[in-house]
Amino acid sequence: MTRFIWPFVVFVVLAGFLYVGLNLDPREVPSPLVGKPAPAFTLPQLAEPTKQFSPADMKGKVWLLNVWASWCVSCREEHPVLLDLARQNIVPIYGLDYKDKRADALTTLREGGDPYVLSVSDAEGRIGIAYGVYGVPETYVIDKQGVIQYKQIGPVTPQNLREKILPLVAELEKKP
Amino acid sequence: MMRKLFVLLFCLLPVFSYAGEAKDMAADPVLEKRMIGLAEKLRCLVCQNESLASSHAELAEDLRREVREQMNKGLTDQEIVDYLVSRYGDFVLYEPPVKSYTLLLWFGPFALLLVAGGALFLQLRKRRQSVPEIALSAEAERRAATLLNNDKENQA
Repeated sequence: MTRFIWPFVVFVVLAGFLYVGLNLDPREVPSPLVGKPAPAFTLPQLAEPTKQFSPADMKGKVWLLNVWASWCVSCREEHPVLLDLARQNIVPIYGLDYKDKRADALTTLREGGDPYVLSVSDAEGRIGIAYGVYGVPETYVIDKQGVIQYKQIGPVTPQNLREKILPLVAELEKKP
Repeated sequence: MMRKLFVLLFCLLPVFSYAGEAKDMAADPVLEKRMIGLAEKLRCLVCQNESLASSHAELAEDLRREVREQMNKGLTDQEIVDYLVSRYGDFVLYEPPVKSYTLLLWFGPFALLLVAGGALFLQLRKRRQSVPEIALSAEAERRAATLLNNDKENQA
């Protein structure tokens, strides 16, 4: 009897590892930017390209930076969630329109609604690289000091809004 | 004549259809070579099992452009790698650095080999002890020899 115990233990341990592995998403790479200041940039605004926007303008506010594009399919899935959040006026959402054509982006916002206070155009994706963007949509929660506190890779869902993003925003709002 | 020329051109076809690594503009061949060399050590985050050098993903093209530009600015390979790691994490490196949480990754296989080898060694030693060599008496030895020889003759 005992001679079967060891192979069985090995099997159970291996099966345990494989089971955990099944639930891991290799596309979710932990961002080294969490806890670091949001990389600075100055980009033209999507709606009014003569005006510019920089994260420095947001000092003293908790805000979301949402990376999106008109060509991004999962962004469409995320869009109603963001519109709903914008309606609640809890936290301002700023958009980074990543590697997109201005006309396409404007059409998308006109047809699907615009949850953003404003969007900026990162036509060549350079700011995307500075932010470690590799899978649009991505969402960053940035605190009053301009430090990235959380990064969501892939679409924001009502569930992770409720469980992660909104509690974090509420907590950050209390801090100076 | 025409036909021979056609055949010759046909034979040259593979030369023109040479498929290499993903190409961008190669303004400076030396720099391009250095860039590709570095990009081979970096992972494309979109298609995770491809290197930056071989990937055709748009992000990979952008990252190659970034590497090229930083090289033009005079940054060393290490500085460029550090920059990318600061943005994308250790994941961009094909060869993960030895850190506390990668110890298992680096040395796990050797530990496993050691444990399995040890277990095998012990098992074999135990088996050798449990099957003692039987010393044959002179009589039995002779009988064994005859049996073996008979067998050979029968076969022949």
